[in-house]
Amino acid sequence: MLEFFKRIFNPQPSSVTARERLRLVLLSDHLALAPDVVESLKADLIAVISKYVDVDADHCDVTFEQQDSVVAMLANIPILGMKPAARAPRPAPPAPEPPLPDPSPASAATAKPRRHRRKASGHAAPAAG
Amino acid sequence: MHELREEPLPAAPPAPHARGRCIVVTSGKGGVGKTTTTANVGVALAATGARVALIDADVGLRNLDIVLGLEARVRHHVLDVLEGHAEIDDALVSDKRVPGLKLLAASQTREKDDVDTAAFKGLVDTLRERFDYVLIDCPAGIEKGFQNAIAGADEAIVVCTPEVSAVRDADRVVGLLGDRMKITLIVNRLRPALVRRGKMLSVDDVNAILRLPLLGVIADEPGVIVATNKGEPIALDPASPTGEAYRKIAGRIVGTDTSTPEIPREATFFGKLFGGQR
Repeated sequence: MLEFFKRIFNPQPSSVTARERLRLVLLSDHLALAPDVVESLKADLIAVISKYVDVDADHCDVTFEQQDSVVAMLANIPILGMKPAARAPRPAPPAPEPPLPDPSPASAATAKPRRHRRKASGHAAPAAG
Repeated sequence: MHELREEPLPAAPPAPHARGRCIVVTSGKGGVGKTTTTANVGVALAATGARVALIDADVGLRNLDIVLGLEARVRHHVLDVLEGHAEIDDALVSDKRVPGLKLLAASQTREKDDVDTAAFKGLVDTLRERFDYVLIDCPAGIEKGFQNAIAGADEAIVVCTPEVSAVRDADRVVGLLGDRMKITLIVNRLRPALVRRGKMLSVDDVNAILRLPLLGVIADEPGVIVATNKGEPIALDPASPTGEAYRKIAGRIVGTDTSTPEIPREATFFGKLFGGQR
């Protein structure tokens, strides 16, 4: 009986779960097996961030972690201070918040602006092969 | 093109002293059926008339002789030959059922680290002078035993079952083999009924990851277990669909069979009822 309800409420076949687990574990494996790629990614990250803030390059840590449904990149980059140049105008202003799909004028006025929540850790999952 | 029609077929150029092909059967993960695959592919290759030597590289855990049913006839093993205690011809065990098939058993009481990689490769090279195919049953893992087993090979068959762990390990092995050799895939122990019900990875799921030329697909069926119980490789059974699958794999290796590997069909109700082996 329990099995029957489980089947109704959890229709995802286990082969789909297996595929997904395989995708994630291989992504982790391939990252772990390519330390040179990870090193150059780390160097590039630090270089980009250093354009805006002073970072403690000796204590930067970039790791990958398999979470529930994604492989996440976790970057721990200590910031020592702002760079004055960072206040200079940027080449292009950041694009305004994209409009909501179909906001009626009345509700749009009262609705809180919706923000895409984004973790500091970039999700590497979409780049998965 | 038409002027060619008048030409007699050119005589085949005298074959240069052809060395046999050395194929290592590997998987990374243990228990996916490397030894069963080596035995059956070897038997099926020999049945085509080829001269085939099977080497059990799983030193310390010797099993290929059991699957072939030749365990009572092993007198010397691979380390005896490598260390000069036995002549290679005394160590090669013949299979009376399949002329042309010889087995070089592993040493049960020794360890993989006792095998010198260069000496093992030298042995493989010697056998390649005398056999059309040298098949190596690689041990599980990616350590010394694996390195020994692949040292003399220029082709690899990766055996993988439709499981997350097996595919992961096969992926690692494929990465380790790199561009060193031609690699093909046998998907082993597929259960078509489970795949249909979404309870097992399909051949396509497996090969979406591994991306290897598919050599064949072997069903998970009782006949293989029964055959192994008896020490009679199922490739010798003319009535078995799985035996036929192994024979087709041999045909693809030899190059006489260009058909696309077929996915095993589900056993029918009546097949299950009456087709059972004991």
